Amino acid sequence: MQDFVWLIPLMPLISAIFLMVFSSKLPPTTVGFFGTGSVGMSALLTCNLTWGYLKDPDLFTVSLWTWMKVGELSANVGFHIDGLTIVMMMIITCVGFLIHLFSCEFMEHDKSYARYFAYLNMFVSAMLILVMSDNLLLLYLGWEGVGVCSYLLVGFWYQHSSNGRAARKAFIVTRIGDTAMMLGLLILFTELGTLDIQSLVSSAQVRWQTGDFMPTLACLLLLAGAAGKSAQFPLHTWLPDAMAGPTPVSALIHAATMVTAGVYLIARMHSLFIISPHAMMVIAVMGVGTALMAAFSALVQTDIKRILAYSTISQIGYMFLALGVGAWTAAVFHLMTHAFFKALLFLGSGAIIHCLHHEHDIFKMGGLWKRMPITFASFLIGSSALAALPFTSGFFSKDLILLSAYQLEEFGPILWAGGLLGALVTALYSFRLVFVVFFGRIQTLPNKENGWRIGLPLTILCVLSLVGGYFTLPLSNLFPMETNSHPATWVEVVSIATPLFGLLVAYILFIKIPSRIPKSLTSPQENTISRFLFSGWKLDEFYDRLLVSPYVRSTSILLDEPLDKLYNTIVLVNQKLHKWLSFSQSGRMRWYMVSVAIGFIILLGIAIAIPRGLSEW
Amino acid sequence: MVIVTLIIILLIGGIIALLSEKLSEEAPRVTALLSILVSLIYLMLQIIKPDYITVITQSSLSDPASWLMHLKLEWIPAFGISIEFALDGLSLLMVALTLILGAVAVSASWTDIKKHQGFFEANVLWTLAGVIGVFTALDLFLFFLFWEVMLIPMYFIIAIWGHENRSYAAMKFFIFTQASGLLMLVSSIALAVIYKEVNGQYSFSYFDLINLPKGYLTEYLLMSGFFVAFVVKLPGFPFHTWLPDAHTQAPTAGSVILAGILLKTGAYGLIRFAVPLFPSAANDFAPMAMALGVFGIIYGAMTAFAQTDFKRLVAYSSVSHMGFILLGVYAWNELALQGVVIQMIAHGFSSAALFMIAGSLQERLHTRDMREMSGLWKFMPKMGASAMFFIIASLGLPGFGNFIGEVLILLGLYQVSSWMAVAASLGLITGAIYSLILMQKSFYGEPNAHRGETTMLHDFRKREMLTMYTMMGALVLLGIYPQPIMDVAQTTLIGLIDAVQLGLVK
Repeated sequence: MQDFVWLIPLMPLISAIFLMVFSSKLPPTTVGFFGTGSVGMSALLTCNLTWGYLKDPDLFTVSLWTWMKVGELSANVGFHIDGLTIVMMMIITCVGFLIHLFSCEFMEHDKSYARYFAYLNMFVSAMLILVMSDNLLLLYLGWEGVGVCSYLLVGFWYQHSSNGRAARKAFIVTRIGDTAMMLGLLILFTELGTLDIQSLVSSAQVRWQTGDFMPTLACLLLLAGAAGKSAQFPLHTWLPDAMAGPTPVSALIHAATMVTAGVYLIARMHSLFIISPHAMMVIAVMGVGTALMAAFSALVQTDIKRILAYSTISQIGYMFLALGVGAWTAAVFHLMTHAFFKALLFLGSGAIIHCLHHEHDIFKMGGLWKRMPITFASFLIGSSALAALPFTSGFFSKDLILLSAYQLEEFGPILWAGGLLGALVTALYSFRLVFVVFFGRIQTLPNKENGWRIGLPLTILCVLSLVGGYFTLPLSNLFPMETNSHPATWVEVVSIATPLFGLLVAYILFIKIPSRIPKSLTSPQENTISRFLFSGWKLDEFYDRLLVSPYVRSTSILLDEPLDKLYNTIVLVNQKLHKWLSFSQSGRMRWYMVSVAIGFIILLGIAIAIPRGLSEW
Repeated sequence: MVIVTLIIILLIGGIIALLSEKLSEEAPRVTALLSILVSLIYLMLQIIKPDYITVITQSSLSDPASWLMHLKLEWIPAFGISIEFALDGLSLLMVALTLILGAVAVSASWTDIKKHQGFFEANVLWTLAGVIGVFTALDLFLFFLFWEVMLIPMYFIIAIWGHENRSYAAMKFFIFTQASGLLMLVSSIALAVIYKEVNGQYSFSYFDLINLPKGYLTEYLLMSGFFVAFVVKLPGFPFHTWLPDAHTQAPTAGSVILAGILLKTGAYGLIRFAVPLFPSAANDFAPMAMALGVFGIIYGAMTAFAQTDFKRLVAYSSVSHMGFILLGVYAWNELALQGVVIQMIAHGFSSAALFMIAGSLQERLHTRDMREMSGLWKFMPKMGASAMFFIIASLGLPGFGNFIGEVLILLGLYQVSSWMAVAASLGLITGAIYSLILMQKSFYGEPNAHRGETTMLHDFRKREMLTMYTMMGALVLLGIYPQPIMDVAQTTLIGLIDAVQLGLVK
């Protein structure tokens, strides 16, 4: 199997090229077959690989060819497979396969069915390269590759210029992070002379002391890249807008896989980050801050996908918190469970949107639990896991994060309290969603039934969201041992009880006494605070004033090429001189004689002045 | 003799094309394509021998006979002017690029030339002949001659077959290039004179002049002459203003040759002449040149963003990309120079393809104004997908050649000046901004309502798609396996770096 790992990213890639080239000539069934089948094959191969790895946990590296070898730079197209890679590959291919299957039905009537699957396959391939690559340059290839696929898929329905805008925003905001990451790569290469992840990390540990400036700078630049891709403050503003893409895309790219690439990057480079406690602290604070910020915004959204988008930002904030406190396993664990339950929630919302005339507003839904039982079950399970109710998958991972945060020296309890507040709000907004959409009065009637290609992925993801917490990840050799001491019992009790309390409040507000729901939770334009939260803390407006408008204004000055004014002046002066010179051609002999004499004297002067030759000057 | 033969094939091909106009409309372009393909095959047959890579790695600056090819015939012995051609790895790459993009250019203007087809194709071929001369002449006087030879047919291409404002654009192009070229001629002559002062006779031979001792001030002045000539051609900020006009007004083949090939003569000149001939001056001048590079990147990108004319936007994107080349050349280490070579080739393909798309759009819509485009993907998905491909490639996405160029330049540059690298990396962001707006304004968005006839637009045909696939393949290959190209260029680059190092020590 080891010799064939390259087949795993190659198959979706071949399918993508095939679909792209023959897009117009293929019948939809063939498109679906290739699109889904190729990812299915990758998933099977990955399962095979995992099986082998679990039996004999032996990490290995496969080099395919020398990508470039210039001077001291040497980068291979090569893959490094260890426990972390295996976990990521399993998530990408298996969840990816389910989402492809879902898409077969969801996108059935779209004219650009083939183009959709081509992009989606290309994404899976790029994402696999990202997690499998053994050097940072190839990782960057996957990193940018998923970014472009995200751009293409967010702007998939290109006829609406708002979609195009959202797509551009997604690409450019993440590109800002990516550029910082590229600078990080430049530093790492210049300082350590390699971009191969394993040798880079080990030579970093030799070269640098804990707390040095260079590793901190490099880590912060990598972190900026991670924050861009994983939608963390201050680069998270693209994600809510990215919901313009088809819903399965949001499930795959903007929930389960691509947005967790930043978490993967930091986990992959953890030995480097350990050298820099400052960078770790920044990650933790960034994580908890983003988690809170986004959770509050999710509380007042009315668009079902935007609620989920903010919730994704918030949950990735928890992963960053875990990374920041050094709970690497917990971060990856939450990454996995989040992939299950958030993919489930997005696909569920897709199922609703699919059957409800493309309605996105949750207050125009309601009473759906009888009409759409599978979707209802999905949402119930997904939201429970999201809210971290006991014994769901999200509970195990989030609890692990909170307890690890509490155990951090100095700021631990503060981070923990922040996380806890976030958990409360999470429970509140997730059950606000469930109660408003599935209970109460029926507002819009579904106009079609969902078939098995939608039902099956939902069911499987339901199961995964429930039992995912019992999986043991093969990460034990990878990360440094984490402290296993248990904090005080009251900490654990409070951590478990908080989400339940949130559920209770949501129940009282939205089921028990729906007439007295605070206005700000139903119509966000009601007051200043909810308007503020609804707009995502007015960050878009802020960036618009600070960056976008000045940039656009200054480019419009350049439109007519100001430099040409300089050259036009030269032309003008020439024309003037030309007039003077033609005036000097007066036809008078005396004038000519004088000019010749003066010219001769000047030439003579030059000839006398430079007898020494040019070389001595 | 191979190079002379190549040039003669193209020159004669041009004459045949000119005469064949009387036969049929088709004949000139078929002749042109055939002459280019014959030259390409001839070059390959002469070069690709089992041991050619070892031959390339042996070429050294001190011994022209060790080069892949070297020819020296006396021409005007009284002034030390000879017909001296030589071919090493770098020249070989450039010549091959010229011929391949030449074929692309002929294909790009297959249908849009409506008058004097024979003379048009003749001019295309003569430009190519001039460019090949530039890439291989190693006698400075001969080099200057070819520099002019490629200029004049290009002037005709713009002035005769250009668009609405063609004579202004052609004149601007001519004056900028001509004036700066004269500076180079003055510098060359001065070098020959200095050579005479030292060695008793004139010489214009590159191999004689490369290690010539000079006074510092002289060196600086003479370097400026070369620098200006090449930076105008590149074009670098602030000498780039001829480019948007020339590109916008030129017919498609003209734009393809301009962007794909002619600009590269500037970069080639910097690598081959402007730095190695004047090592210490170039070394001191480097920060200034790099600053111009950074300015070019940002200025080009920002100006590109504001454009409403499809071709002008692509033209300004070239200005931005050439900023990277300027940076790479003056970083002057192996990483950066390899990056420059890859960037030259990759930009050749990506910009040629974008100009071809622009030409196709103009042919179908009779406008280049993006305010009148919008939503074209719906009618021309193949063209849209091609545009998307090349836009993504040119914004420097990994997996395509342009990324390799940019990343190598940045890696090399960071070792020389970290702040320049930081400033240049802003180009990665601004590049994305103008690239995506190009896509948005032309192919994305709602189809323009008052454009009734767009439903009749025909998509790319087989010939056009074939050209597109060729260039896509080239860019991908360059992106995932650039090593063979770098192996070919390596010896030349290392030789030049060593020569400069030696000059600096002296």
